[in-house]
Amino acid sequence: MSFSTLLLLIIAFSLCSFFFSSSSAFKKIKSATSRPSALPKHYGQYSLAWTLFPAFLLLIVFTIIGPIYVDNFFKQQIALTEASYDKAKIELILAMIKNISNGSISSDEPKILKLADEYSNYLSKIYLFRTLSVLLLSSILGIIISSNINILKNSRVKVETFYRILFFVSAVIAIFTTVGIIASLLYESLRFFALYPFFDFLFGLHWAPNIAIRSDQVAAQGSFGMLPVLLGTILVALIAMIVALPIGLFSAIYLAEFASKRVRDIIKPTLEVLAGIPTVVYGYFAALTAAPFIRKIGMTLGLDVSSESALAAGAVMGIMIIPFISSLSDDIINSVPQSLRDGSLGLGATKAETTIKVVLPAAFPGLVGAFLLAVSRAIGETMIVVMAAGLSANLTINPLETVTTVTVQIVSLLTGDTEFDDIKTLSAFGLGLALFAFTLILNVIALVVSRRLSEQYD
Amino acid sequence: MIDKNIDQLKRLKLRKNAEMRLKVYGILSISLALIMLATLMISIGLSGYSALQQAYVKLEINVDSKKILDEKGGFSNQKALLVNWDGIVSNSFITNFPEITKRSEKRSLRALMSSNAGYELRQYFQKNPDDLDENITIWLSASDDFDQYMKGRFNTSVDEKDRRLSNQQLKWIDFLAMEKISKLKFNTSFFVNADSREPESAGILGAVVGSTLTLTITILFALPLAVMASVYLEYFAKPGRLTDFIEVNINNLAAIPSIVFGLLGLSVFLGFFGLPRSAPLVGGLCLGLMTIPTIIIASRASIRAVPPSIKDAALALGASRMQAALHHVLPLAAPGILTGTIIGMAQALGETAPLLMIGMVAFIIETPDSFTSAATAMPVQIFMWSDSAERAFYERSSLAILFLVGFLIIMNSLAVFLRRKFEKKW
Repeated sequence: MSFSTLLLLIIAFSLCSFFFSSSSAFKKIKSATSRPSALPKHYGQYSLAWTLFPAFLLLIVFTIIGPIYVDNFFKQQIALTEASYDKAKIELILAMIKNISNGSISSDEPKILKLADEYSNYLSKIYLFRTLSVLLLSSILGIIISSNINILKNSRVKVETFYRILFFVSAVIAIFTTVGIIASLLYESLRFFALYPFFDFLFGLHWAPNIAIRSDQVAAQGSFGMLPVLLGTILVALIAMIVALPIGLFSAIYLAEFASKRVRDIIKPTLEVLAGIPTVVYGYFAALTAAPFIRKIGMTLGLDVSSESALAAGAVMGIMIIPFISSLSDDIINSVPQSLRDGSLGLGATKAETTIKVVLPAAFPGLVGAFLLAVSRAIGETMIVVMAAGLSANLTINPLETVTTVTVQIVSLLTGDTEFDDIKTLSAFGLGLALFAFTLILNVIALVVSRRLSEQYD
Repeated sequence: MIDKNIDQLKRLKLRKNAEMRLKVYGILSISLALIMLATLMISIGLSGYSALQQAYVKLEINVDSKKILDEKGGFSNQKALLVNWDGIVSNSFITNFPEITKRSEKRSLRALMSSNAGYELRQYFQKNPDDLDENITIWLSASDDFDQYMKGRFNTSVDEKDRRLSNQQLKWIDFLAMEKISKLKFNTSFFVNADSREPESAGILGAVVGSTLTLTITILFALPLAVMASVYLEYFAKPGRLTDFIEVNINNLAAIPSIVFGLLGLSVFLGFFGLPRSAPLVGGLCLGLMTIPTIIIASRASIRAVPPSIKDAALALGASRMQAALHHVLPLAAPGILTGTIIGMAQALGETAPLLMIGMVAFIIETPDSFTSAATAMPVQIFMWSDSAERAFYERSSLAILFLVGFLIIMNSLAVFLRRKFEKKW
């Protein structure tokens, strides 16, 4: 039985046990002489939880572990039939067996056909076992719990404890996600650094992953020096911030300090439309409208502009970041206490002087935080640069030339069929780790800056 | 009255000018941002609206039923596969030009019809087997270059050798258009087909279904977890290191680049758990992990906005903390949670990078039918089309963008509307 059918079945079981238990609790409460400890529905929920969750967990465990177990078993089988095979060869044969057993390819080797046959038999046995055990567990627990309802026991407390545990587990998922990200990036990166020296990656001046096509080729290693990629990333982010920072900040100042309420109510949501546009749309705009436009202008000025210039990607990324900066800064400026403004105005300063000399210094820590968050966003932005920036890693700071960024490289290394033991794939995880570390550090600095430097005014 | 000297007046003027300047900078910045927004939307709108129409050619066709129907008179797929549909289409098409006899000319004439026209014809007869043996007129797709030329988007100023259509072909098209044999009609294939190598039959339905499946997983995964986590953090978490750590993690996850979630999905969901590549299931889980922080932050804000007096009243009447939270606070916070969820979903709908990592960028001609079948999503489809060489794919990706942005605007305005409608001042 498939995963979803099984899931639906155990949900149906647990609903049955819910209704059965709550109605039997209701009857018992009606005929009871003593006061019941909980409402009928609590007894229902109690048996629902017992019918659903253990079976659900079992189902998940089986679904994840089952195939892994079968794979390992068959790896042993293959190793037994042919002792000379190394690990890679065994993996290859296993993949072939899987493909044969689900019918996507066929083979004429009888040995492999036999193994494939055994494989599908084995797998179907595992699935049958899964079906039986899940259904059995669910129904047995359901029957036991719902036929033994004791209205003197307070099932509400039990149900609430269960909820509380469930809620706690959901909150902890945030930790699990972070741990999962760090662990997976570290694990794959360590495999990469086992193949390629760490310091060459970090300080190498040459990035050319595509050289390694065949292992017997000259210069087959490929070259994974991260610096040109990092420099390109920083260049694009810098251009983006040069565009976004003044526009975003001045818009925020105007909206917060000068605009009337009506203007604000119209302009603010309109600017936020910019933030809601998917990045792939900006990428499309950058690649097909902005880049040719900038190239044309450069040509009329007699400049040689690359068709995938850093300038086009960076400028469009800047447009994307404007609303991010303006709405964050707007909130921060608005949270500066009114008494500071009143004091300054009362001393005879103009509104502009108040804004520049009093409000902005008070808002400064928050603004720095917003700025750093925007930078971290620019560095991690993917689609605009994938579509508008190039693939060749030039060590340059000329915005009119083609540069590449960390995210572009990750995408180009990982799209298409990826094998996990390939150095190119692994190098993408190395870049991913660098990206994660970079943005994490920026986020932390942003947090610390806005906490440490900010003053309490009221 | 204070005696104002000239210097003071000058300084005052300077100060007033400075104020003016600051205001002007602000207005300039805002108008610059708005102009950019307008340029973006207008340039995409201008290049996309024409994809709503598509060049079709009128053909007169008569197909012998014996070639296609089986003994019982039903449509036989096996027999239909053997029929040379392309031949039928091109023969009928060439009858418009009786003067053409040379083989090379015939070949370049045939190239004006879409290479999928034969398939369209077959589909038509599969649906309407009664029309076999009759003389019917049917509109079939022209090639993408034909289509672009009719829309005036074909650059004829280039040297003939470098063009995809020769002068002779352009003359034929002009003739067909003049005789009303070919016409621009509403582009239905864009809305009912999945992706295709031929721009004229490429459609967005496959991507829309893929996005729907992906977002279904995302919301089923993210919403319950996020709401439960926010209730825990607001009502049950004891202040301490663990709670602090959870909060730091949530805030940090909200600021991590989306591509990192794709890397997580690639190495954990695909590499470790062995889930299928390109599947909406995996895409939905990645986007779900990405959306959870957004929903948690919005839910916590709206739970916190419910005044504590509600909870206190419930507790005073004997409700347990869990009952106070679930029966009294959560329903009042629901509109805010809903708004946050819609905004998170809108974000997930527009997200591309993580989906590229887990292989949802494949070329898929079939509309996906389950959570584990290979699929693609709307933004990824836009990305793939804008990467294609054919000019006709550009306008299709622009139109797809208009749809995507339209969707997002609807979702966001729904969120704003809900917030306005249910917002309560306590």
